[in-house]
Amino acid sequence: MAIEVRIPTILRTYTDGQKAVEGGGETLADLFTDLETRHTGIQARIVDGGELRRFVNVYLNDEDVRFLDGINTKLTDGDNVTILPAVAGGMV
Amino acid sequence: MEALLLILTTMLTITQALVDQIVAHARQDHPDEACGVVAGPEGTGRPERFIPMLNAARSPTFYEFDSGDLLKLYRELDDRDEEPVVIYHSHTATEAYPSRTDISYANEPGAHYVLVSTADADDAGPFQFRSFRILEGEVTEEEVTVVETY
Repeated sequence: MAIEVRIPTILRTYTDGQKAVEGGGETLADLFTDLETRHTGIQARIVDGGELRRFVNVYLNDEDVRFLDGINTKLTDGDNVTILPAVAGGMV
Repeated sequence: MEALLLILTTMLTITQALVDQIVAHARQDHPDEACGVVAGPEGTGRPERFIPMLNAARSPTFYEFDSGDLLKLYRELDDRDEEPVVIYHSHTATEAYPSRTDISYANEPGAHYVLVSTADADDAGPFQFRSFRILEGEVTEEEVTVVETY
């Protein structure tokens, strides 16, 4: 099952500079485990304690997966997944 | 990645018009933090297109781009072969220097992080407009050169 995954600049060190890679899995959690087999280290930048990191946004097609089933969101062949770190900060 | 690091400069060159737009946005949203991007053609490091963003946190101490807006922004930059040359936000009660939070969430290694302080907003006195590189937790302040045109 092929899912296209768009990789943000900050994580391209794990993908030899590629902007997009392919992966597979029944759910997002499976997909990130699959990516880890070829792009060692990437999973820990996205997932922490079995959940998506708070300041990493993951989109399935155009939808933020937090409004779907989070890391357990089911995937279908041909889906597009986009990873974007939040742009956030503040004075504290 | 090496290629990216080579083109990093230690100076921000920006037009007066863009500086004015960033400061006006910061003042307008005070006492909440304001945030946004100035996009430029990929690889040039030249800030050109002012894109104010909504602070989804609507907070005087925190900012975060709305996640839907963030996706739209990056799609648009991609389609136009642009990158976020400047990422700006305001501090409303403290100096224009990256906080611990700013440093831990800084995820654009190629961007100039511009901070504006509106702590002076009541008497419209001198404000701070400063620019930084934030790379793997390291903050480097850089000179800001304001020009009329590029």
